Amino acid sequence: MASLSHKYIMAAAGVFLMLFLVSHLATNLLLLAGDGGKSFDNAVEFLLTNPAVKIMEYVLFAGFIIHIIIGLIIEVHNRKSRPVSYHVSVKSDTSAFSKFMIHSGVIIFIFLLVHLYHFFFVKLGLVEPYGGAQSAHDFYPMVVETFKNPVYSIGYIISFLFLGFHLKHAFQSAFQSFGLNHDKYMPAIKFVGTVYALIIALGFSIIPLYFMLIY
Amino acid sequence: MNLKLKIWRQKNAAQKGKFETYSLQEVSPEMSFLQMLDYLNDQLIAKGDEPVHFDHDCREGICGSCGLYINGRPHGPLRNTTTCELHMREFKEGSTIVIEPWRSKSFPVIKDLVVDRTAFDKIIQAGGFVNTNTGVAQDANTTPINKIVSDRAFDAAVCVGCGACVAACKNSSAMLFVAAKVSQMAMLPQGKVEAADRVEKMVHEMDEQGFGFCSNTYGCEFDCPKGISVEFIAQMNREFFSARVCKQNHS
Repeated sequence: MASLSHKYIMAAAGVFLMLFLVSHLATNLLLLAGDGGKSFDNAVEFLLTNPAVKIMEYVLFAGFIIHIIIGLIIEVHNRKSRPVSYHVSVKSDTSAFSKFMIHSGVIIFIFLLVHLYHFFFVKLGLVEPYGGAQSAHDFYPMVVETFKNPVYSIGYIISFLFLGFHLKHAFQSAFQSFGLNHDKYMPAIKFVGTVYALIIALGFSIIPLYFMLIY
Repeated sequence: MNLKLKIWRQKNAAQKGKFETYSLQEVSPEMSFLQMLDYLNDQLIAKGDEPVHFDHDCREGICGSCGLYINGRPHGPLRNTTTCELHMREFKEGSTIVIEPWRSKSFPVIKDLVVDRTAFDKIIQAGGFVNTNTGVAQDANTTPINKIVSDRAFDAAVCVGCGACVAACKNSSAMLFVAAKVSQMAMLPQGKVEAADRVEKMVHEMDEQGFGFCSNTYGCEFDCPKGISVEFIAQMNREFFSARVCKQNHS
């Protein structure tokens, strides 16, 4: 497969995952409604019973797997492309976020595994429901239980900080990979990307803060 | 000026190299970087030592032969400047200057600071030309081309093929070079005819030569001595995408 095809697939999977993050954040913010989890439960009920969501769940897994595998292929290939490294490392002015995509990616992947263990595996019946949950689909008590654990919550916030760094580069990078770079529009795209990264990182982070400090 | 130079010395492609340190006195701030190296070499030759090998030709920033990785920057600290047009006044008295060759699997070191850039020639041979008959010199003036388009094509055509983009890229990707060559011809009527075929062949050859994949860090643009924009990489991404999707464009 051509180097450029890797870029298109990486970008397409990335854009899909970025859209997923928006819908996930919208659902999670319902946790802050202060109604004992009623709105959140309704949203969970909708997601669990809607057949379209069921299909999208497989697409989502495919999106993650493709993004991770292509990312690893690119990383391995790129490391091999410079077998002898420089004595003085490159001082070119590039965004720090762009240079550490694999590192932030690995942190997000570790978070993802923990996240799957806490919620997805419960849904599958591989992990027993906890936190006083009535069933494997009663997520609200489980959310409260996990977020009240400061170790998990701080780890969660750190992960989303790195996700923010990842997205800061990713957003504009996807446009560039599809050839959508224009001197008139690129500053706006970069700005929107920064705002998007901030919304995702902060939006997800306020939820554990709420459960740790206010709830 | 008195300087300390830390220079990569390597006898040939097969042998391992190492850094050698040289002290150089009375360097004029008005010397170009290459003149400074000539000055060092004169002293090495007088002592019966092997001079430091480095590539150079025109020494006026247009041939793309020179290219040294100086203190962590391809072509040194000054932007939009080739090594030959860099002057010693850009460096501080008494400072240490580390000089390395371009580092990339696709640019193997031949000797000291000289690297083999045949990989770039192979990419050009794969499609970086026009096969259509463009007539004699004055015919060029009879082909109407929008001024904006011709200016933009020229912005890409200023690429001298020095390889600084590969040297600067953390992935040693050749995207900026290939993008400049692809875009320059894709924009002009003479080159448009074969645009789809060209981009596929040149990208294929770029991959064959083992260059890294672009991850849009834009270090290439920052260190390109000709100031070529990464917008041309975006243009190549578009050209390649449409070439792959619209197969009927193939000749």
